[in-house]
Amino acid sequence: MFGSSKMKSDSQSLSNGAPKPSVLFKTAVRIRSKAHSNATEGVPWIWVCAGALVTILLLIAGMFGIIIAQGISALWPKSVIQLQHDSQTVVGMSMRTEDSENTETGQPESKVLVYQANRDFGMNEFAFVPAAKIGTSDKPAQIWFAERAEWGPFIGRIVSPESAGAADLNAGQVKDLIGSAAVRYKEIKALEKGPLADLNTDIEELRLKKRATERHLELGELSAAEASAKISAIENQLSDLQTKHASVSEKVQTLRAADEAVKATLIAPNGQTKTLPASQLLNAYLPNQLSVPEKIGIFMSRLWSFVSDEPREANTEGGVFPALFGTVAMTLFMTMAVLPVGVMSAVYMREIAQQGTLVSLLRIAVNNLAGVPSIVYGIFGVGFFCYTVGVSVDQLFFQDKLPNPTFGTGGILWASLTLSLLTVPVVIVSTEEALSAVPRSLREASYGCGATRMQTLWNIVLPKAVPGVMTGLILAMARAVGEVAPLLMTGVVKLAPALPVDGHFPFFHLERSFMHLGFHIYDLGFQSRSTELSRPMVFASTSLLVGVVLLLNFVAIKIRSQLRKRFEGRGAF
Amino acid sequence: MLNPNDLPAPFSHPEILTGPAQISIQNFNLWYGKAQALHNINLPVLQHAITSFIGPSGCGKSTLLRSINRLNDLIDNISVTGDIKIGERSVYERHLDVTSLRKRIGMVFQKSNPFPMSIYENVCYPLRISGISQRNILDEAVETSLRSAALWDEVKDRLKRSALDLSGGQQQRLCIARAIAGNPEVLLMDEPCSALDPISTAKIEELIAEMRGRFTVVIVTHSMSQASRVSDQTAFFYLGRLIEAGPTKRLFESPHTKATQDYISGRFG
Repeated sequence: MFGSSKMKSDSQSLSNGAPKPSVLFKTAVRIRSKAHSNATEGVPWIWVCAGALVTILLLIAGMFGIIIAQGISALWPKSVIQLQHDSQTVVGMSMRTEDSENTETGQPESKVLVYQANRDFGMNEFAFVPAAKIGTSDKPAQIWFAERAEWGPFIGRIVSPESAGAADLNAGQVKDLIGSAAVRYKEIKALEKGPLADLNTDIEELRLKKRATERHLELGELSAAEASAKISAIENQLSDLQTKHASVSEKVQTLRAADEAVKATLIAPNGQTKTLPASQLLNAYLPNQLSVPEKIGIFMSRLWSFVSDEPREANTEGGVFPALFGTVAMTLFMTMAVLPVGVMSAVYMREIAQQGTLVSLLRIAVNNLAGVPSIVYGIFGVGFFCYTVGVSVDQLFFQDKLPNPTFGTGGILWASLTLSLLTVPVVIVSTEEALSAVPRSLREASYGCGATRMQTLWNIVLPKAVPGVMTGLILAMARAVGEVAPLLMTGVVKLAPALPVDGHFPFFHLERSFMHLGFHIYDLGFQSRSTELSRPMVFASTSLLVGVVLLLNFVAIKIRSQLRKRFEGRGAF
Repeated sequence: MLNPNDLPAPFSHPEILTGPAQISIQNFNLWYGKAQALHNINLPVLQHAITSFIGPSGCGKSTLLRSINRLNDLIDNISVTGDIKIGERSVYERHLDVTSLRKRIGMVFQKSNPFPMSIYENVCYPLRISGISQRNILDEAVETSLRSAALWDEVKDRLKRSALDLSGGQQQRLCIARAIAGNPEVLLMDEPCSALDPISTAKIEELIAEMRGRFTVVIVTHSMSQASRVSDQTAFFYLGRLIEAGPTKRLFESPHTKATQDYISGRFG
């Protein structure tokens, strides 16, 4: 009753003396300003904070966007254009348009940068074509883009050497040519990496044995008769192996000769021709005849060879597999080194040591250690690990190889240890935090059951702290993967002859130098023959490095959340 | 209100039930740094009976409880004088192995604190740390303890599941099972029901009542009704002093001091 009467009076007032629109508007304004002053106090601050966050997010998204887009476009098969200007013909891939000033007239003009490839055909790899002077532009269908083992890519016609210039090979023929060459290449590689490499290792081992025997003779540990008997036995074995080696090498030579007999002739757009073994062509396609699925297929196969192949042409072509492998292996070795040391130090500082001034000072020192520039660690690493520890190790265990250093120079072990020094403060700090976050009630429960300090630590405190330790490890790994400066001195190289892990005993060759994606990017970007040429590889490698960091972090975070689940309920043991 | 200066002289001859004393607290003083938290406590605790400590917050009852199994050792800057004896042996004896002392004393805390492990591992933890790993002994101890804590039927099908998945009341009963798994002589309970709902509280009180005759139970509680329901002997503490101790029924019905009278009638605290 009350409500209805009130509603009635309201509706009456509306129909009888309806307020003018301007009054309504003013009321609305008043309500809004009142609300502003009370409920939404501090709105500008909220906007400033949100703005700061959005700016950061945009910057990060932009950075990843540019890197990944450029990385993808480096591997994406581009079409080949043919431009006519000033009675000249330029054939190649349009890379980008640059605005500049004409040096003679001072007028602004834009130029198209065209990648012509064909370095060995007397052509410039890159040509600038003034955009204004381009007459016609078309995409010739019958033009090949081929990646080669040497001299970089080729753009032009592929013909058979017998009928030079007469008729182009069709797509199927080129495919057969490259496919059969790949089979022969595989056969040769299998011999070289299998029996031949094994024989080389065995021969090297015998050579070292012989040297050791000679050394023992000089030191008087062996009599002349014993030594000569030993040496002659070794030499017998050695000559046996060398005969085997020679026969395998001969086989390889025969295969190579057979391989080189199959040839193809390339005709560049400028008319120059070159006949070369078909196995020099690694892959070839007609870029202007590709459908989108075919392009995706080529992109995928190039992506695969990028991550799985070894680099060619001073790293500007081919893949980055050794660098990828080196990065991951070094990070894992670093993790194995840093985890036990960091956790044990933190446990000592937080759980065992008497808390006092000394421990506080120690804690400050550890925190400061995290801020020391990485190059300082590099210098320390090379001075301490390589030239002090490594040299001593060589003198004790690898005397026969001297003067060639084994551990007395940069290697993946020393690089990993240097990086673990660099990241150990992060692990210590986060482990300490995790330990101090373990509830007092759990420790009391354990002590109340009659557990000793060590039993409590081992059964209750450490398991509970594991997720926190993992956080520290993730941070440490993220920092270590991206660090380049300390590696420059402690074992990273532009091109490593062998991986640090392989099938030869003892499988882990921690003394070997290695390749690293971070250094690879620096080397490509700033140390290569042509920055323009290595640009796509720089972006592709950078995308890969970002990918590796994200992947490692993702895996670690997954493990951590599994552990968290375990220690916070909702899970079986 | 009570003024500390008006308090009677430290209680020296508490009236107790007849029977052998399991724990005897003698002239016990405790300091946190320079602040004295317990003043000259003298109290015998009866064997196989239930003794409750009551008193307002900060009166030292929990501190005294934690002195019995020397859990206060974990706190820096504690000093004590006087003595606490369990049976014939002093817990503050020089060269005493504190861990073996604590193995003879089970403890249940205010907030349930199961370990982040399976239910099974939680209960057999006291046995494991004593180095027992024979499956049949552990299985038996787990079942017996869980049955004593009235939890067996609820968890027997999920002994391998995390203890943290249990409800609050179940977790507290699990902690009781853990406390008695090592077959201790004494069971200390520090406000075991303060974080529980009335139904869980009733279940735990029932359990405590069943402990009578098996363990010497000391329970700290804020709830006077709980003290009067479950305990045989009650001790009232105020400002670090033992004001009055005696058979529960007598203490609640005819307290000897005004302070006790005021506290149990809810006039302060």
